[in-house]
Order: sequence, then structure tokens, then C-alpha cells
Amino acid sequence: MSGNPQLSPEGKLRHLLTIEGLPPEILVQILDTARSFVSVTEREVKKVPLLRGKAIFNLFFEPSTRTRTTFEIAAKRLSADVVNLNIATSSQTKGETLLDTVANLSAMHADMFIVRHSQSGAAHLIARHVGPHIHVVNAGDGRHAHPTQALLDMFTIREYKGGFHQLRVAIIGDVLHSRVARSEIHALTTLGVPEVRVIGPRTLLPAHVEQLGVQVHHDMAQGLRDVDVVIMLRLQSERMDGALLPSAQEFFKYYGLTPEKLAHAKPDAIVMHPGPMNRGIEIESSVADGGQSVILPQVTFGIAVRMAVMSILAGN
Amino acid sequence: MRIHIKGGTLIDPAEGTQVAGDLFIADERIAGVRSAPAGFQADRAIDAAGLMVCPGLVELSARLREPGFEYKATLESEMQAAVAGGVTSLACPPDTDPPLDEPGLVEMLKFRARSLKQARVYPLGALTQGLKGERLTEMAELHDAGCIGYGQADAPIANSLVLSRALQYATTFGFCVWLRPQDPSLAHGGVAHDGQVSTRLGLPGVPVSAETIALSTILILAQETSARIHLCRLSSAAGLELVRRAKQEGMPVTCDVAVAHVHLSEIDLGFFDSNCNLIPPLRSLRDRDALRQGLAEGTIDAICSDHTPVDDDAKQRPFAEAEPGATGLELLLPLTLKWAQEARVPLPVALRKVTSEPLRILGLPGGRLRPGEVADLCLFDAQARWKVEPAALFSQGKNTPFLGYELPGRVRYTLVGGAIVFER
Repeated sequence: MSGNPQLSPEGKLRHLLTIEGLPPEILVQILDTARSFVSVTEREVKKVPLLRGKAIFNLFFEPSTRTRTTFEIAAKRLSADVVNLNIATSSQTKGETLLDTVANLSAMHADMFIVRHSQSGAAHLIARHVGPHIHVVNAGDGRHAHPTQALLDMFTIREYKGGFHQLRVAIIGDVLHSRVARSEIHALTTLGVPEVRVIGPRTLLPAHVEQLGVQVHHDMAQGLRDVDVVIMLRLQSERMDGALLPSAQEFFKYYGLTPEKLAHAKPDAIVMHPGPMNRGIEIESSVADGGQSVILPQVTFGIAVRMAVMSILAGN
Repeated sequence: MRIHIKGGTLIDPAEGTQVAGDLFIADERIAGVRSAPAGFQADRAIDAAGLMVCPGLVELSARLREPGFEYKATLESEMQAAVAGGVTSLACPPDTDPPLDEPGLVEMLKFRARSLKQARVYPLGALTQGLKGERLTEMAELHDAGCIGYGQADAPIANSLVLSRALQYATTFGFCVWLRPQDPSLAHGGVAHDGQVSTRLGLPGVPVSAETIALSTILILAQETSARIHLCRLSSAAGLELVRRAKQEGMPVTCDVAVAHVHLSEIDLGFFDSNCNLIPPLRSLRDRDALRQGLAEGTIDAICSDHTPVDDDAKQRPFAEAEPGATGLELLLPLTLKWAQEARVPLPVALRKVTSEPLRILGLPGGRLRPGEVADLCLFDAQARWKVEPAALFSQGKNTPFLGYELPGRVRYTLVGGAIVFER
């Protein structure tokens, strides 16, 4: 296998599977397109006819409320027909294979699949097996990638910080299991952020993470010093005790974001979180709801960014 | 049948020789080398001009998928694949369904294989009942039924006391124990080398320590029990170093490497190519280069194809859910030749790794080109190149990371016991 499977031979975006390997121009094109859609979402009539007559299937093999909903809203604002399938509860439990499910839906003349799956590489697998007119958007695969989340985070950073070239960004928590962190690291380094840090205990950082182009820190005071952007990651409950971490309490004490720890960052640093948040475990409520938090704007921008991705794919 | 093999290049890997000459076969054996025995009258002549004539290849790990997994492959298809790959003898691991832990199963497999009159099949018996790592099998009975060694395939023995006892018991009868070193807890859930690629792709990793810790345990217990050990499928530089030291200390250990690991690394996973989901995982380039060095210097005794036919449905899944393994019998010779060319290893020395050395590991005679030896032979065109495609393979397993590769070495004739069992 060679080349980037998400680009057409002409270098246009055919699928959005991962941020890795995408040229900065495509990322900027998505962000710029999203900017124009923000105004659409603020209008009285929040619809544009760009995807009229297109059938978009939300294929969620893993439960999700927020991501699925924002994709659904984004597709509807583009006037597409949206079908939601929670496959975790239907055909997969009857033994149908992933590719059979996709083949059946393709036969219903789908134009685009939005895919969430618990296994890394699922979106790549689907993209390899769909017909040439079908586009695949990865809405999160295992620990691998969540490119639209990373893009909406980049959009948020650009809105609040104006650009990328002078920034220090810290990503904190469970990087090992996080598809969000992987996609963010690729997006930040591709867009020219000079310093990306990851902060967490050694058990939650993957092997050779520094080879992704990040600095590794285990101490919050050090890692947060003078950063412009603080990105917190969700700590899933099954990781909170056992061999990865002794307890949620100890994690919060050393890696939870509190006003005291945030004070090490620049005074105008913004605080982000991909949601859903565990208040009191990775982030204290006073920070999550505080003046530096941009967590709710992230969600709003998420719709515009997903509109941008879908409209660009449909146009290519 | 008396056969006159004319005008080929005779390679005797054990001797390290490569000379032009004819070969004469009679009564299932080599009757003459370079000169015909007195009064020799051939029933058939094979024109071997431009071909290499060498002892048949010996595969140390071929999953024939019988009994139990006939939907993945059958004895017929895989035995055909073997001889098409120039393989005349093969050892098959015990991880069938049910596992080869009872003499009756072994006898049936031997009988079925014999009746096909193709390659010779040497079953490895299960070391523990059901491969569960708890209770020993009746190794002596299994031996009488035809097993040439005992192992666990990829099933672990988590309990070191059981492993120690198994080694002691096998040693009582002088049996060789085949073990693939992998610590089950460190490897748990892992599907790729724990390194930069698994980090990038978000795949659960198998650290090198899963191999080195298991190797250390095995080597210490082997020393304590004086057991004869064969270590299967080394994957790491650090693991290789442990074996190197054990050999320097004079321990009676041998080891092999799968041919995929001689050529590929974690980089070849690309964007989740499930054909690269192998056991053990493909490791770093550094590890791969160390394995090549280990082969060249002789620390690694043999190369095997680790033939594992997997059906398409089991491969066309997200990487971690795909069934590990790849078809290999028909690629063993070409990939060995490719290594020999790249590493500038003389042909007889390279072929030793797939002929005389595996026979030594199996404790079997043969593998020589001299009068009186059983005529298990492979005749191949070392210059011919061919493209690896599903349609080009006899094996029912069409999945291999080498799909699309153009490889050197085409088998033209395979002889088992002086009979031509394959020609192309």
C-alpha cells in the first residue's frame, strides 16, 4: 500500500480518515471554509443547499451522543438527507461483518459515511472497500484518530489566538488511549505550532510518543509553564484504578486542572476539552466554567467544521 | 522409476558446494552424482539446463488446518502448495481443533498426509493437554504415533512450574521442546510492536520485553533441566542476543525466524494492512536488521515460512480484529533467495537455512546430494521472477504481506522419494 489513501491522485481530499499526512493547505482550506459557515449557523434560517439530495449515513459502531449529533446537525444544515444507524445495537450483534454492513448501505445509494468504531483502522478499512463516489469521514476509530475533533480544536485555537506559529500547546492526561490527542498532535505540528507538549504519568503515554514531535512532561507546573493553549483529555472510568493509575483522586491531585495549576500557563491561555468532561477528575469545575474556558465554543465550532469537511468532500 | 536429471547445477547446502552435473535417481534414492551408476537406464530424463538442483526444502511451521479448520484450507490444497514451493518435508504445529494432544489425531493426520503422496508431514504434538498450559500430554505415546517434537504453538504456558515439569518430562525421553517465547501478560491484547508505529496508529503494543522475559525463563529452565529446546520465531534484537549468549555457553538450543521478519518491519503496516498482522509482530527496522545479521552469522539456524492460511473474511477486518498469519509455503524459497541476494550470502549457505538445518532441528537424516540419500529434491530456476498474486498460489490462503511483490526463484520440479510430485 502506498500513497495517502485519503487523497485522490490529484491530491484532493477524498476521505477524511486521519490528519496524518495531510498537507497544511488542506487543513487551512477546511478551517477557512468553516469560518464562512459560522455565519450561516448564526442566521435565522440556518440552512444552505450545498448537499441537497445527498444521502449521508451516520454509522456509529460505538455509542456517542455529541459527535453524532453535531454531524447530524451539520449535514442537515447543508440540506443533506441524514440516516442515523447505531450499529452497536443492530446488525453487528447478529454477526454481520463490518464490510457487509457497509456494502448493504452502499447499495442504498449512500454518498457519504460518517464512521465511528472502537477499532483503530476501521475507517481506513471501509474507505478501501467503498465505491469511487462514496466519501468516508472518520468520526473516531479506536485509539487512532478523530480528525474532525482535531480540526474543530484548531479552528477554536485560530479564533482565539489568531494563528499557530508562535504558540505553545500542552495536551494533558490519557494520551495512550486518546485518538483525540493523536489527531491534535498531527494537526498542531502540521499547522506549524513550534512547541507541543504532552503531560501525564508514564503509564498513560504511549511508547516513543516524542517521535510524534512532542515534548514529554510528567509535571504539570513544568509542562504548563508559559503555554498559550491547554487541552485536557477525558480519562475514561475503566482506566482510573488498576495497573494504569492507583486512583482517580491521585490523578486529579497531580494532573487535574485547577486554577492553581492553570496559573503556570500564560494569563491569557485558553482551556479546551473534547468532552464529555469528568469534573473533579481531569478538570475542576471552576476552570471548566471559568473565564479561560472555551469548551462550549468548541462545540459550536464543531458544527461549522463538520459542515466544511462534508461540503469539501462532496465537492471533490 | 529411474530418472536422469540432466545439465543442472547441483547444490549441496550441507557441504556448501555448487557444481554443474547430472543426478541419477533409482529406487527412491540418489543412485549417482555427476556420473551414472553402472548399467543405469533412465525411464525419464529431466532437462535441468539453467536449473538449480538441491535437496527439497524443509518447513518448520506449516499450518495445514486439519483437523478443525477445513474452511480455511484443506490438507489437499496445502500439500499441493508445499510441493509447488519445493517443500518436501514439513513440521506442523499442534494448534488444530482439537489440538494434536492425542495419538489418534496424530495417526489420522499422518495417514491422511501419506495417502496424498506429496510432502512428508511431521506433526508436532501438544506439550500440554488442549494447549491449556496445565497438564502434560502423553508425549511418549504421541511419539509412537509419529510426533517429532512437542510445543504449544502460540498458546502460552503461564505457569513456570508446568513449563519446568514439561521440560523435565520431555528430556526423560530425549524429546525436543519447541517454544515460541512470549510472556502472556506483557503481550496481552497487543497486536503490533510496541513502538513508533503502534503509537502513531493507536494499536495496542507487544513490547520486546514480552519476548526477552519469556526467553530468559525458558533458557534458565532449559539449563536447569538440560532440555533440548528449539526456539520458534524470534522477532527482536534483544531476544536474539539472549540466544547468542546461550549458544556461546554451549546450551543445546536452536532457533528459527519467520521469513516475513527477515524482510519486513513495523513500517510495512502502512495504513493498517491486516496482512501484516502476524505473530510475533513485525518489529523495528533495527530488529529486522539484527535478525538478518543473526542469520548470516549462524545464531539463527533456520528460516521458516510460518505458513498460516487465513480466509479473506478473517482478514478483511479492522487490524486488531483480523486473524493473524499469512500464507507462506510457496514464498519460502523466493524470499530466501531474495535475502541471499540482498545480503550477498552464497546460494548454498542460504539454502542451508531451509534444507539441512531444519532437518537437523527435526532430528531427521537427509538433505544431502550423495549416493544413497533419499531423493527428496527441488529443481528451481533462480533467475525466473514472478509476481505474488492470489491466482499464482496453490494454497487456499491468499493473504500475505508480499502480495504484489516480484520475487526471484520459480520451482520447476519437486521430487519426493524419487517420484515427481510437482512440475511446472
